[in-house]
Amino acid sequence: METIISIKPILAITVSALSAFLIAITGEKLRNLRETWSILASILKFLVVVSMLPDILCGKVIEYYLFKITSELILHFRVDALGLFFAMTASFLWIITSFYSIGYMRGLNEHKQTRYFVYFAITLSATMAVAFSANIFTAFVFYEIITIATYPLVAHKETEEAKKGARKYLAYLLSTSVAFQLTAIVFTYCLSGNLYFSKGGLLSSDISSSLLTITFLLYIAGITKAAIMPLHSWLPAAMVAPTPVSALLHAVAVVKTGVFMIIRVVFYIFGVDLLKSLNLGTVLAVVASFTIVAASVIALRQDNLKLRLAYSTVSQLSYIVLGAALLSPSALKGSIFHIVAHAFGKITLFFTAGAIYVATRKTKISELDGIGKRMPLTMASFTVGAVSMIGVPPFAGFISKWYLSVGAIESDELFVLVILAISTILNACYFMPIVYAAFMKESKNNEYNGINEAPILVLIPTVLTAVLTLLIFLYPDLFMKLIMLIVNQTLGG
Amino acid sequence: MNLSEHSSILIVVIPLIASFVNIFLNFLQRKLCYPFFVLVLGICVALSIDILYQVINFGIIRYRLGGWMPPWGIEYVIDHLNAYLLVIVSSMSFIVAIYSKESVKKEIPKSKLPYFYSTYLLLATGLFGITVTGDIFNLYVFLEIASLSAYALVAIGEKRSVLASFHYIIMGTIGACFYLLGVGYIYIITGSLNISDLTRLLPSLYESKVTLTALAFFIVGIGIKIALFPLHRWLPDSYTFAPSAVSAFASATVTKVGIYVLIRISFTLFEPRFLIEMTPLSNILIWWSTIAIFFGSLIAIGQKDFKRTLSYILITEIGYMVFGINIGNKEGFIGAVLHILNDSLMIGCLFMIAGGVFYRIGSRNIEDFKGLNRNMPITMASFTIAALSMIGIPPTAGFFSKWYLIVGAIKAGYLVSTAALIFSSLVNALIFFRILEKIYFTKNDNTFMYNFRELPISMMIPIVITTLAILMIGFYSGEIISSVIRFSLPKGF
Repeated sequence: METIISIKPILAITVSALSAFLIAITGEKLRNLRETWSILASILKFLVVVSMLPDILCGKVIEYYLFKITSELILHFRVDALGLFFAMTASFLWIITSFYSIGYMRGLNEHKQTRYFVYFAITLSATMAVAFSANIFTAFVFYEIITIATYPLVAHKETEEAKKGARKYLAYLLSTSVAFQLTAIVFTYCLSGNLYFSKGGLLSSDISSSLLTITFLLYIAGITKAAIMPLHSWLPAAMVAPTPVSALLHAVAVVKTGVFMIIRVVFYIFGVDLLKSLNLGTVLAVVASFTIVAASVIALRQDNLKLRLAYSTVSQLSYIVLGAALLSPSALKGSIFHIVAHAFGKITLFFTAGAIYVATRKTKISELDGIGKRMPLTMASFTVGAVSMIGVPPFAGFISKWYLSVGAIESDELFVLVILAISTILNACYFMPIVYAAFMKESKNNEYNGINEAPILVLIPTVLTAVLTLLIFLYPDLFMKLIMLIVNQTLGG
Repeated sequence: MNLSEHSSILIVVIPLIASFVNIFLNFLQRKLCYPFFVLVLGICVALSIDILYQVINFGIIRYRLGGWMPPWGIEYVIDHLNAYLLVIVSSMSFIVAIYSKESVKKEIPKSKLPYFYSTYLLLATGLFGITVTGDIFNLYVFLEIASLSAYALVAIGEKRSVLASFHYIIMGTIGACFYLLGVGYIYIITGSLNISDLTRLLPSLYESKVTLTALAFFIVGIGIKIALFPLHRWLPDSYTFAPSAVSAFASATVTKVGIYVLIRISFTLFEPRFLIEMTPLSNILIWWSTIAIFFGSLIAIGQKDFKRTLSYILITEIGYMVFGINIGNKEGFIGAVLHILNDSLMIGCLFMIAGGVFYRIGSRNIEDFKGLNRNMPITMASFTIAALSMIGIPPTAGFFSKWYLIVGAIKAGYLVSTAALIFSSLVNALIFFRILEKIYFTKNDNTFMYNFRELPISMMIPIVITTLAILMIGFYSGEIISSVIRFSLPKGF
């Protein structure tokens, strides 16, 4: 593989860190200028990320060596197709979310907006850094920074409830990463003397299988951002955050950092052959399957819209984990595609939840009867997001489900098909009643008469992501070329 | 005359003489006491850096006092380990000296200030002396100088400090006596007090019961001085009730120098194989320190007084270092020696912040930290970074020493101790995030009392400098290891 040395990865990372600094010194008094920094940084970041695409599509990798701390702890960035794919998804959605954030925060007249935008930008920086990490140490450093930087966002409201949620958030993410992930990394170092992600796996099969199993389980327990049950409850707790945070961070950037790292660990630390010989792929697949079904069942019982979406996220994230755990090319394809499909679908759903809140201050599903009459565009977007999540054509979610099913057959794990079927039904059960109630039912006190949508800065991003969800289904080739490359690079053709 | 040749004696003599000069200066011109005091410690920093430079470039320094040949005369021997420690101790004493100006104004009566400066200088003299000397009896002399001045400094504090100091005197004197008995036994069988000489003489006497007895006295004596559990009882009270500057200075240096003495006795005076293979001592110390880590952490959670919390965390950190020294592999030793530096910075910084908060609100109670971010943003930002380092979040300094300790522990197979290290990280996370939540997300109703601004600049700068050091020095861990610590590894590691 040809390697290019370039500073672009660093630029993509630092552009938002720099904007965080500018936002902080600009402050509340010059709020328009402050918002300009966010938008400028998000657009610049996306452009820098996309500018790496041509080289990556030619099968090259872009490297930047930052700092050698000790002989094994090295801050090193290497952009491959997988990392770029994740970075593109996150940085593109940041542009849309930036506009949405402004509309949402101003619409609600939230306090401490400067702090909010600062930490948002820092989180995006760290997310890029995880996407571009060349070794597990670099990934771990920025994984922790994401945790710390999102904590003020979750606690944003500073109410007792918000503080409690933030406490739980931090307790889960920080304690598992320090206790399990760090230990797993130390084990990896002791077993292989190296921490670099390498094709086909870093660990070799001549190490005792019990040690390898322990290390793998430590990783899975330690990467809690993937919200695999039973270590998922930080995600519902994080819903106390302002909705744009839930939308971009807790449906895209943060949680996908988790699944992204699981994919890295599965294919680049352990490798397909090793996991197959230890049967650990199946173990992970079973855990993920359980999460898919259990989280869906819990989602059914939530009346708070954001909580229902959160449990849906828990369930959908495990699709991606499941796709990786099946260790077959098609399943991996489905898994990677689901990163983007779920990102667009779920961000749409969260955007609508936020739009409803800004316009009506309603958070409960039982209060949404007939809201379609008042906010038709918003609820139409919701329907698009929901249908895509269920996995019905013509929306993006269908494609990932299709490849996952093919992958399940390829790797002879037929129970996965059953899980996917059950999950589809459950998804329909928890999304369709909302759509039905919004459009078909009469509102209770005739409170939703007359069209009255959320502010324009909130509405446009919502509709935009919904349209994109549709476009992704119609033009998957855009992504498929990159995804094929990822599969080739990961599984070696 | 080349001054540089005499650096190793000057660093002891200058503060010793200065401490007397300071008293006379008091009668002539009281205003000059403080500048003189800071100047002297600044000179010590310069000397220590010069010594480190010489050692790195020209090898071990051997300085014969009065030209007497060892083993009859006293010899100062400075290798990489002492030079490294000397820089840490002198820098911290200098930084805290700057800090002390405003801090002591509120805590110590004006008439006692010159005596405070003199005693502070005497403590520094003692610590420098312990560090440079190559003679175990001379070490005892400096140990007493340091201890006696520490007792006095603690006793200057608030009302209850007198009792705390008394407690400290009793324990400290027992410790010093034990150490002296150890020296006596060694002298009886070898007739020598020079460490290099003893290194040569002792191996043939390893079978002797007297050697064992001496070793036992040494270890218990030093154990008291470094407050290793269960000999820690004197520490929490002393460091809680002492003046803030004294707590910061002593916590950052006294115990670290104790750890240094432990390393010298364990691995230079005796050979590593004596402690590790021929006696069960290193095993006992590993268990002791593991219990210390668990114990310190558990007690620290329950404290309401911030300085007391820090004192128990210090006991935990001492457990880390004693553990690292005794694992008997390279990584553990590197981790322990690196942690001397990191812990010195972290605990020093936190004690200075505790003093700063006390300076402003007159309270050490954690409850009173509510909303402090509004009044003291810079101090609280420093607090956040020091806290993250204590938890061990990369890329702050604390992570790197912890990394080596955990790698060492896992390589040597001490899983319970690994669990202890991780447990204490988690407990630190709990303790510090509970405080951070108060600082950043809790409003304070008592607006009257909290009507003040940031700390005075002379308290601010030392805190900010140590914070920056905590933030930056982690990146140079590799550099420190390869240019300093690598050369101080004991034989066979």
